[in-house]
Amino acid sequence: MCLAIPVQVVELLADEMAIVDLAGVRKEVSLKLVDGVRVGDYVIVHVGYALQKLDPAEAERTLLLFEEIARRTG
Amino acid sequence: MEFCGGHTHTIFRYGLADLLPPNVRMIHGPGCPVCVLPIGRVDNAIELAAGRGAVVCAYGDCLRIPASGGASLLKAKAAGADIRMVYSSADAVRTARALPDREVVFFAVGFETTTPATAVAILDAETLGLRNFTVFCNHVLTPSAIQNLLESRQVRDLGTVPIDGFIGPAHVSTVIGTRPYEFFAEEYEKPVVIAGFEPLDVMDAIRRLLKQINEGRCEVENEFTRAVTRDGNQKAQRLVAEVFELRRSFEWRGLGEVPYSALRIKARYAAFDAERRFGIVYRPVPDNQACECGAILRGMKRPVDCPLFATACTPESAIGSCMVSPEGACAAYYTYGRHRDVAESPR
Repeated sequence: MCLAIPVQVVELLADEMAIVDLAGVRKEVSLKLVDGVRVGDYVIVHVGYALQKLDPAEAERTLLLFEEIARRTG
Repeated sequence: MEFCGGHTHTIFRYGLADLLPPNVRMIHGPGCPVCVLPIGRVDNAIELAAGRGAVVCAYGDCLRIPASGGASLLKAKAAGADIRMVYSSADAVRTARALPDREVVFFAVGFETTTPATAVAILDAETLGLRNFTVFCNHVLTPSAIQNLLESRQVRDLGTVPIDGFIGPAHVSTVIGTRPYEFFAEEYEKPVVIAGFEPLDVMDAIRRLLKQINEGRCEVENEFTRAVTRDGNQKAQRLVAEVFELRRSFEWRGLGEVPYSALRIKARYAAFDAERRFGIVYRPVPDNQACECGAILRGMKRPVDCPLFATACTPESAIGSCMVSPEGACAAYYTYGRHRDVAESPR
């Protein structure tokens, strides 16, 4: 129910709407809950609304942390 | 405890519980808004469509929730009530615009992740000047539920399990931020780690909780930094604060009455409040006697401890809401783990 999906914004539309893409599946969602979203940004979408922008730098940092854990325990 | 049903699902789907040492046990919390919705509120929603002739728009996972007398929104739909599944609250507004001569009610369910979408729908309906659109509001709040689990005498009387730390919900936290958890991490001295939904996110959160416990710390940590900040989404929070206010009390399935745990629509937006427009009267309904959803939601019992689990109660024909919702503990157990510990289950 509260699950949301990270997707990439591929086109901005009128009325604070946008088209997002997840592995080739495109959907129209509302940007009314977020500010400053641009084409190419990743957002988390839930029940038709973008809730938050994903921070690629933080995502990178988390991935590096996972790799380090894997190295240490592997 | 992992509060959020989505985390329960991740734990089961990826077999994470099997990777943990025997002295670390995950308790599955009540963070599934479908699971904690009381039967009486579903009865109200069905009545709006079947009895009052309204078009009721609902999220997909609400349609099969078992209500009184074996009813459900889906069954009422099959019997002719105008009940429509929607992906978004915006779809409900669109439906109201398309059917100006019908009353359209949006059955709003969900934690803080979902509430902003309802706020936008109401504000849009006002901008559009819609007179036939109302919302039946059942939005609930995460920190109050966690606090209730930790302190309520009623819950203690019903039985609860000592919890050493919490994995905090992922997407609720993108909206509310990590700040709300600071109060009760300090007050109840329990560590909280906000985690994403990937299996490695959850494992890292468990690792961080264990580290805190071993070091005697009780802080709020954010593992889900790619989407969660301390302040959260303040625009969404503002919109919610504009439209909604706290209910003094709200019944949660399995937890009883929980103070300041749910939202209702402010008087300013009364024209969009289905409870006012239709004079909805809530009647509490007890659970099926054999159903252990209440104990499961509080972490007192596991799904395999329920006599109905995987016998009378399955995802296809669910008796309790923990099985109906894909994020319910019972649904997760059934789909991914029901044969896992057959040898160990206490029967």
